[in-house]
Amino acid sequence: MPIDAQPAALRFDRVSLSFDGVPALIDVSFELAQGESCVILGAAGSGKSVMLKLALGLLKPDSGRVSVFGQDITGLEEQALFDIRARMGVLFQEGGLFDSLTIEENVAYPLLNQRIVRHPPEEVRRRVEEALTFVELEHTLEKFPSELSGGMRRRVGIARAVVTEPNLVLYDSPTAGLDPITAYTIIELIVKGRDLRNTTTAMVTHRYQDGVWLSDFRYNPESGRLERASGNGGGAAASTRFMVFEEGRLVFDGTRAEVESSGNPYVAKFVKR
Amino acid sequence: MLDFLKTPILAIQEFYQLAVRAILNVFRRPHYLDDVFLQMDTIGVGSLPIVMLTGFFSGAVMALQLSKALTTYGATGKTGELVAITLVRELGPVLTALLVAGRNSSGMASELGSMKVTEQIDAMRALGTDPVKKLVTPRLIATCVVLPLLTIIADFVGVFGGFIIGSLRLKLSAAQYWNSAWQALDYGDVAEGLAKPFAFAFVVSLVGCYYGLRTTGGTQGVGRSTTQAVVVASVWIFVLTFFIAQIFVTL
Repeated sequence: MPIDAQPAALRFDRVSLSFDGVPALIDVSFELAQGESCVILGAAGSGKSVMLKLALGLLKPDSGRVSVFGQDITGLEEQALFDIRARMGVLFQEGGLFDSLTIEENVAYPLLNQRIVRHPPEEVRRRVEEALTFVELEHTLEKFPSELSGGMRRRVGIARAVVTEPNLVLYDSPTAGLDPITAYTIIELIVKGRDLRNTTTAMVTHRYQDGVWLSDFRYNPESGRLERASGNGGGAAASTRFMVFEEGRLVFDGTRAEVESSGNPYVAKFVKR
Repeated sequence: MLDFLKTPILAIQEFYQLAVRAILNVFRRPHYLDDVFLQMDTIGVGSLPIVMLTGFFSGAVMALQLSKALTTYGATGKTGELVAITLVRELGPVLTALLVAGRNSSGMASELGSMKVTEQIDAMRALGTDPVKKLVTPRLIATCVVLPLLTIIADFVGVFGGFIIGSLRLKLSAAQYWNSAWQALDYGDVAEGLAKPFAFAFVVSLVGCYYGLRTTGGTQGVGRSTTQAVVVASVWIFVLTFFIAQIFVTL
């Protein structure tokens, strides 16, 4: 990376973390440049979700450093972390929606609670409606999460993640447990969000196909659909990286072409051609 | 060799940290007043019927049990005094706290535990809210306000329960019963009777929230946390009542 370039959106420097003596992440280092997309693959329990929680500062590493937009967040107090997190959006595995709040209140939550993005109440409603229109759920404002299907909850989670227009969006297994059609809708929204606002995107998944969508396809605002990225070496493919985790270690970090030609049998298991 | 001590010491440390943060948050903005009132309604108004019922019967059964012994000594006139002192000093605070622990420590543990296992606590932190400030402190404030009030109500209803038995079984007049009950109580008894529920409020709310927030292991974990919260809160209520009584007895 050139010295005068923008600081990395996310940087892990020899990060390790263990729970009750069981290592969850071991000596993980990588850098995610601004505007880049990243697909994080790995089996269950390989440390993918832990990695996202470290990036958000929800967990502290035992050793190593985590930086977000050039700021070291490793030793930061919770209050200082809130301001950093306001620049990040996150979709948790099961959506992480507050089940005692309506969909409108859920999506409005970051707008009303994050100090640096706090909005006047009259604008909140408009932003919430915009975000819900983005995920095509504008008719669900008054409903509760329990009244929606799994896929719809995930879509509300996406609306809540992007309502503050964050620079970095993290998705934790957005398609897990969904049927292929709903999974495609979710990926379509992720690609759409990335391309319309040029956000840095990190997506944890165990389905290689999700990564292919993210790397090879772009959102066409005119047709309103995903289209295969054109040009040689250009487009989304060039800026999408694949990372593979195995038992807490980062065993692969490279482009789509590299991941497909990798000789590592564990990596090859995820790549279905 | 001392490895077996690690877990309990760590738990005490975590509980202490949670307690300090929750108490300090009382003086820090933002204050979630809506949540405080909501919790007061859940804990206070919600517990009122069961607290009154239990208070009434504990006063009544005490008068009933005492009636036999007091008749032997011809001291039935002392019924009001004995019921009042026992209820105000000991039984009112402890029974009320135990009921609220059973009802609300478990409720807090299961509510916060469910939020923990469905990543709502993480989401809350990711979206700019301190879960201790938003969830624990309002429950602590609400319990500290309503538990002493519930105890006062339980005490009164209990003494009234004693009066019903006194008048029906022992043929005591209202003036005789209430005078003896009223005059038996001095400021020390009232202070003890109010200090206890205030201390128990910390136990009931913080133990419930602590076990809720440390829940792991899905729905099974929520069940485990709920049980642990009630058991630990109840044990601590008995331990604390002993020490507070000790202080007031030696005063």
